[in-house]
Amino acid sequence: MAAKTKFSEYRGWGFGYLALLAGLGLLVLAALGAAWFMEHNGHYVTGMTNQIVWGMPHVFAVFLIVAASGALNVASIGSVFGKTVYKPLSRLSGLLAVALMVGGLAVLVLDLGRPDRLIVAMTTYNFKSIFAWNIYLYTGFFAIVGVYLWVQMERRMNRYATAAGWFAFLWRLILTTGTGSIFGFLVAREAYDAALMAPLFIAMSFSFGLAAFLLVLMFACAGTGRPLGDRILKRMGTLLAVFVAAVLYFTAVQHLTNLYAAEHVGVERFILLEGGVYTTVFWLGQVLLGGLVPLAILLLPGIAGSRTGIALASVLVILGGIAQVYVIIVGGQAYPLVLFPGMEESSSFMDGAPATYAPSLYEIGLGLGGVAFALLMVAVAVKVLAFLPETVADSAVDPHHTDSSAAEPIAAAA
Amino acid sequence: MSGFDFDRRRFLSAATAAAGVVLAPGVTLYGIGAAARELDEPASADIRWGLLIDVNQCTEDCDACVTACNEENGVTGHGRPATDAQWIRKVRVRDPKTGAEKHLPVMCQHCAEPPCVDVCPTGASFKRADGIVLVDKHICIGCRYCMLACPYKARSFIHENLSDQKPYAPRGKGTVESCTMCVHRVDAGGTPACVEACGEDGNGAMLFGDLNDPGSEISRRIATYATHQIRGDLGVDPGVRYQNL
Repeated sequence: MAAKTKFSEYRGWGFGYLALLAGLGLLVLAALGAAWFMEHNGHYVTGMTNQIVWGMPHVFAVFLIVAASGALNVASIGSVFGKTVYKPLSRLSGLLAVALMVGGLAVLVLDLGRPDRLIVAMTTYNFKSIFAWNIYLYTGFFAIVGVYLWVQMERRMNRYATAAGWFAFLWRLILTTGTGSIFGFLVAREAYDAALMAPLFIAMSFSFGLAAFLLVLMFACAGTGRPLGDRILKRMGTLLAVFVAAVLYFTAVQHLTNLYAAEHVGVERFILLEGGVYTTVFWLGQVLLGGLVPLAILLLPGIAGSRTGIALASVLVILGGIAQVYVIIVGGQAYPLVLFPGMEESSSFMDGAPATYAPSLYEIGLGLGGVAFALLMVAVAVKVLAFLPETVADSAVDPHHTDSSAAEPIAAAA
Repeated sequence: MSGFDFDRRRFLSAATAAAGVVLAPGVTLYGIGAAARELDEPASADIRWGLLIDVNQCTEDCDACVTACNEENGVTGHGRPATDAQWIRKVRVRDPKTGAEKHLPVMCQHCAEPPCVDVCPTGASFKRADGIVLVDKHICIGCRYCMLACPYKARSFIHENLSDQKPYAPRGKGTVESCTMCVHRVDAGGTPACVEACGEDGNGAMLFGDLNDPGSEISRRIATYATHQIRGDLGVDPGVRYQNL
């Protein structure tokens, strides 16, 4: 039986750690500057228009929010599904989930036309709006994951960890249902208006969240000199492959269902064949680089389970994920709204014409700032509280570990 | 105070009636608004304001309704078509099989079940009891979800600073706006600027009136002729109807 896990803060003050904080801090400052510039001048300085009303900031925000709920799954696998091998990772999982959510929401709020009215959004509700529901789901997420982390970290409360884990798991499923439904509930848009958006987003969250968690875990262990076992990594790599396959499956169902209905053939032709940049981003970014290639890296005998392979696959899943959210959000808006089915439309307001969108540097800067803010929170948190296990070596965390079952844990580079 | 109000109302009623007398003989589609509403009196659910547009009367080269709307509500552009606001636009609809073309104005359709109102997180997007769909500029946070939800592309986001606003049509950078059905005119017993301009400078293609009043001109026409609601299949029951589309 594996020994009880010990957690500890990161105690170093090395150049690398300070450089990391400084680099992330600069990205956050740049994002704040970009947000100020956009709000001061108005959104005309961005690539967004009255046709593409949600642009790059929303791509980053939705990606981060979806990944946040998925990052919590490692903790869920330990608490809810009783896989003890994952328990040493559950604190980092909860921390990353909260951090990604904060980063995503910060981007979302800073891109509002009136971010100064955040207090209005928090106090004035229309309960028929899925957006209003999401405000509760997001704030509830912070509270629930906060409690979940507390019962894990406070020894007297450990016995409630399973109950808190269950609650957090169910909440995150509802939360991602809410995120997907932002698009699912858009009755008039050809590219949305589908119940499938909710499960698709849940599959995406499993995949993007685990990929983000794997990279943060590998980086944290390498950076703090804590051992990380090959076997536990390989297990998570295989799990990532299952999630990547699930995203591909839901994507295929989404498009095949649309292709069957004559009324949706137009939007499918746009995304799959004639949409220019959206078609390229879909096939090359989302399907090939974000789906098939990581699947091959994670599953093909010979390369499956290699550290470099898992890291590379995780990076590809994240880039493919951003590509997928881009196609959903921007591509879905670029396809013109159909006012008169079967007819050609044109006007001074760009009716009937695919919308063009070129993201500005400010929007990309704001989005990257959200990612940087999330990572900065993690970097600071692991220093002040005991989020990281002292070892994730196979022999320490795996109750079924034998010396012959896997190579001995490779001490990560200090 | 009340005397002044009374005089103003009487003046407006008389002016409306006079306009009707002058225009009625030559202009078939020119509605007359109801009497003015007291400022402290809520909009009545007994009324549903609506528009009827005869597409056969609407010609390609006429944009009287668009010009009038822009002037009335102070909707000016910055020479940037992708981000400039448009409350009403002329849309060309062409049948690709036959080449037949129609030209018609499209604005907020003032739905009975407006998707923009459903999705608005703060309730800034709202529908008055008399069916007019508006944006409360004080609680709009500029999230633009209503723009994604609108089936008619009727809404615009204010992308930059504004000047010379009309006091009765407040607008604000960072918020969303759309056709108000000239609510300030309607509340004063008048008709929307587009309808008035269509009657005076255009071809008399637009009719304004109370869809709930079976005796109103608009109700009688809708009861007599087949009319069309754009994307009526969505079940949102637009308050703007099109004839001969």
